[in-house]
Amino acid sequence: MLAQSIADGILTGATIALGAIGISLGLQILRFANFAHSELITWGAYLALVFVWFAGAGVSIGPFSFGWQLIAALVLSAALTGVLALLVDVLIFRRLRARGAHSLSFVFASFGAALIMRHVVVLIWGHGTHYYSHELQMAVEVLPGVRMLPDQVFVLGLAIAVVLALHLFLTRSRTGMAMRAMAESPALARVCGIEIERVIRWTWILSGALAALAGVFLGLQPQLHPEMGFSVLLALFAAAILGGVGSLIGAVVGGLLVGLAENLSLLVVGAGYKTAMPFLLLLLVLFFRPQGIFGQKR
Amino acid sequence: MIGVLSYAVFFASIVLILAVLALGLNLQWGYTGLFNAGVAGFYAVGGYAYAITTAAPKPDMIGHLGWHWSFGILAAMAASALAAWIVGLATIRLRDDYLAITTFGIATTIQLVTLNWESLTGGPNGLAAVPRPMAEAFASPLGFNLFYLALLAAIVLIVYVALERIVRSPWGRVLKAIREDETAAIALGKSAVRFRLEAFVIGSVLMGLAGALYVGFIGFVSPFDFLPIVTFQVWAMVIVGGSGNNRGALLGALIVWGIWSLSGIAVAKSLPPHLAAQGGAMQVILIGLLLVLSLLWRPRGLIGEEPMVSHHAAESA
Repeated sequence: MLAQSIADGILTGATIALGAIGISLGLQILRFANFAHSELITWGAYLALVFVWFAGAGVSIGPFSFGWQLIAALVLSAALTGVLALLVDVLIFRRLRARGAHSLSFVFASFGAALIMRHVVVLIWGHGTHYYSHELQMAVEVLPGVRMLPDQVFVLGLAIAVVLALHLFLTRSRTGMAMRAMAESPALARVCGIEIERVIRWTWILSGALAALAGVFLGLQPQLHPEMGFSVLLALFAAAILGGVGSLIGAVVGGLLVGLAENLSLLVVGAGYKTAMPFLLLLLVLFFRPQGIFGQKR
Repeated sequence: MIGVLSYAVFFASIVLILAVLALGLNLQWGYTGLFNAGVAGFYAVGGYAYAITTAAPKPDMIGHLGWHWSFGILAAMAASALAAWIVGLATIRLRDDYLAITTFGIATTIQLVTLNWESLTGGPNGLAAVPRPMAEAFASPLGFNLFYLALLAAIVLIVYVALERIVRSPWGRVLKAIREDETAAIALGKSAVRFRLEAFVIGSVLMGLAGALYVGFIGFVSPFDFLPIVTFQVWAMVIVGGSGNNRGALLGALIVWGIWSLSGIAVAKSLPPHLAAQGGAMQVILIGLLLVLSLLWRPRGLIGEEPMVSHHAAESA
């Protein structure tokens, strides 16, 4: 029971981590709490769904419930969601930046953008749920007493690969380094000749693409619905702040801890309160260590 | 004719209840720059506190104290004050957008409690037969509604006048000073954390009051009266009307609720029933657009903030 809960927690955590990285980049580089991030997750999931519809369900690969179509859809949706994130920036946030608006105006605008994006999903795809595939899967025993669906193993593996790639991007590439410089101090970054707007563009594209991955992963376990992003938003914020804003490792560790807290709490309190667990964790962190586990005190 | 009159009375009553919410948020956001993303949560705390304290005793339920409605309203205000104080204590000294995240979280948590703690809140079914103030004195529903409208108007007037007084008082001017330049305000010896916390609690108390007034009006409470959309509607009211101006908050309540109701009627009349969900989505998109477009094009709102000086300065000038 306990081992299974831990395994489930790690799985939930991997998906939360991918979303939390985008939130963390937003808090540190864009410098506001982006409540529209959850809608990028939803949009990512639905854009992939559209592609899966067009390409047909295809033949399942090995033990997985999906075929190559879903992997192609994943890539395509990551690219499209990156573009969507950029579009939201151009339409709303860049204008606010140009005006030098108060930082909380951005948060307000992100709530407005979230409302619009979420309900456009309802307009297009309806209130109901959708599935990428109707294949039934059998859980396999990966460790003694721990069962996982093959799709979940896929999600976990891909999430780890993406985080490693992102780590290399942030530490080795010029754009990645510029993003980190900007996270440290926008003023210093500008003095060093870093083009602020370019870094911001890349931040949006990157967090959009990661959000799309998180969205498809959420959609695989097991379904898509218009509130799917919104319902994990609090968990994303908790993970980003718990780990330490601006830290990639922090977002990943935070995501895992939040995932574990959600699933272990099921053993103690009822399922009805599951979504409140990230919030309790967040309150504890803000009380005792507001900079997070890996964050630096400012 | 009676139909139109009772709709008008109902509409006006809802606008006045929302106006109390908007005035509360305006104190927090407009005057103090505090971002409360959990308006619906504090509203719900007030509504449920009123219902739980005033409802007639029932054996298998917690609460149901059967208090007089006026004590129910006070209990609602006390409960939301407590909730706001706990949240504020944890977060008000941190980055200002963390308050947005935690208030968003508290609203979500409160919603979960209202849905799941059945012996206290009645769960998804809510609590029925909540006493309505003085309802037994009126023979017809319209009579009660007219009385309640007058009661609401009196309360909104009192709240408005009180807020106008306190935001022009030295205390209110400190709030604005902190909002504009926290460092300077601290250098003048003002405790930014204390003033912020006070403004946050007072604003939330008004939201709790609004919750009690709402439940007292409809005599019923359920989690679906306090959905997150309420938060966005109240924001739209403050932003559209003009943050930092109490008349703006009142005007915003009227305009935004007017747009919401009209769009609801338009959707119901023009769309076939199977598209009702899509129609509802369009209403929400409208609120989102209202928020974003006013931020982009008219950040001041319809009636923006006015420069404010002490009464005494105005007298001596």
